[in-house]
Amino acid sequence: MSAPEAPPAIPAGHKAAERRLHPVTPLRRAWAPFTVIAGWAAHDPGQAQQQLTRVTASTLLAVLAALVAAASLYGFLSWRFTSFAVTDTELRIRTGLLFRRTAHIRLDRIQAVDVTQPLPARIAGVAKLKLDAIGTDDKDELAYLGESEARALRAELLARAAGFAPETAHEVGEAPMRRLLHVPPGMLAISVLLIGTTWGSLLGALVVPTLVWFGTHSVWSVLVAGVPLVGGAATRSAGRFVRAYDWTVGESPDGLRIDHGLLDRAHETVPPGRVQTVRIVEPLLWRRLGWVRVELDVAGSSNSVLVPVAPRALAESVIARVLPGVTVPAALSRPPRRAGWCLPLWWRGHGLAVTGAVFATRHGLLRRTVSLVPHAKVQSVRLTQGPWERFRRVADVHVDNGAGKTVQARLRDAEEAAALLYAQADRSRTGRRDARPDRWMAS
Amino acid sequence: METGSAGRDGEPVWRGLPPGLLRMRRLLLVVWLGLAALVGGLLLALLAGPVWALFALLPLAALGWGWVLLGRNWRSWRYAERADDLLISRGVLWREQTVVPYGRMQLIEVASGPVARRFGLASVQLHTAAAATDATIPGVDPAEAERLRDRLTELGEARSAGL
Repeated sequence: MSAPEAPPAIPAGHKAAERRLHPVTPLRRAWAPFTVIAGWAAHDPGQAQQQLTRVTASTLLAVLAALVAAASLYGFLSWRFTSFAVTDTELRIRTGLLFRRTAHIRLDRIQAVDVTQPLPARIAGVAKLKLDAIGTDDKDELAYLGESEARALRAELLARAAGFAPETAHEVGEAPMRRLLHVPPGMLAISVLLIGTTWGSLLGALVVPTLVWFGTHSVWSVLVAGVPLVGGAATRSAGRFVRAYDWTVGESPDGLRIDHGLLDRAHETVPPGRVQTVRIVEPLLWRRLGWVRVELDVAGSSNSVLVPVAPRALAESVIARVLPGVTVPAALSRPPRRAGWCLPLWWRGHGLAVTGAVFATRHGLLRRTVSLVPHAKVQSVRLTQGPWERFRRVADVHVDNGAGKTVQARLRDAEEAAALLYAQADRSRTGRRDARPDRWMAS
Repeated sequence: METGSAGRDGEPVWRGLPPGLLRMRRLLLVVWLGLAALVGGLLLALLAGPVWALFALLPLAALGWGWVLLGRNWRSWRYAERADDLLISRGVLWREQTVVPYGRMQLIEVASGPVARRFGLASVQLHTAAAATDATIPGVDPAEAERLRDRLTELGEARSAGL
């Protein structure tokens, strides 16, 4: 994918131009004093009022002005001292007013790129760009960049990470996206209502105030106990809905695109070959409707939901795009019946299937979860057996992936497990050979 | 042959841990529990009465039990270098067997504390990208540790695979 016609005239020094964040950035620090005061007033209204009546309006204004000025100065200075540069191989972020800190993020080790826009940032037309690589922390994000700049930078980073020639990386631009799935709002709303936690918190919100009423016979205490519970349950469910609103999964040569959010917009990109594990979660109440949620593990990344809700067939077609050549195994084999002595009832929920491409296990009886680990992503395989399990001649096989998670095939027949251990180690070794390279366009 | 230690038909060649490790662990056990028994016995005899000093037999009983347990645990540890992966097997009641393909190793750590050095021992720990990988060989000869480290590093480079 190199471009031989590109002129080699670009001087080497050109590549590492230091860039600054968007000039709006200092403003986000200037709000700090107001939020602190508002938080204090909300936390302790009586005390706050007392204090406020004591000081005159002019002193209050002066103090506020001083605080805002100090915060703005700090914001301005930290903006002034923050810069970033994209070189051929890395993204370099310099931060720190007193203690200088430089983060070097290797582009070929990028696990995901997120562009997020909280509501205020959307109004201001700016966005936050975060690179997930192994071992990065929250400080390694670029907040804020102009909206179009963030998109252009994301495209450039991905182009460079993909292995396009450095001269053409600017011009490659945004890769075209093909939409794989869109979650309709109605379906999302129903799915949120059908989650056990929603009902659980609603139940709690009904039971606790009733008990309080019988205990105290005071309306006031019922309100004190009930309002936060109802409010909490409502905000949790509403939050789930708002976060997952307009959830779109797309596919582009850059990798997987996930766009979502009603108020805060987020645009995530997972380059090809970065997905370590895919989980299909099926809550109890969704089973009649045949809906599932799909989660994924990417090393160094905190986002985990791939599809908040979708019919099973559609979800499986998305998975087939995310993990090329993988089909979700239809039948998983259960542990032997004697495993019931080790884990009564719940042993029936466990299952295992190994296909040419993935190690798939299932657990959970009410809320079923199927985990798929591509063989190429297995870091190590372990077999464990406790005394009781040995008595019943069963053993557990654990498969550790690169995102620091472990997938277990529990309660397998001991001989089967021992064979599985070696076979899985072999498969994970050979599975790597036909995996795509880190620079996915370079091959 | 170093490279072909997998043996015929894939049957791994297991190696145990050196007896020095068992000696060291037993010595530490005797020193600490012996000390506990002595101090406990003396204090109880002086403060509560000679009959109470019999409680000092508890650490001694633990010592005897621990002596046996350490032996069993030491015997259970073994490792094998196969052509493409390292096997570590351990545990008596709770058995665990770990397989780490050489290509997945990120870092190999050889460590030895002052006591371990006195007994001519070093521990070798393998890290992969998965935090759950717990591949540690608690004590081997320093020469063997170095040989392992060099060989694993070399094999890891030859068969290197990313995440």
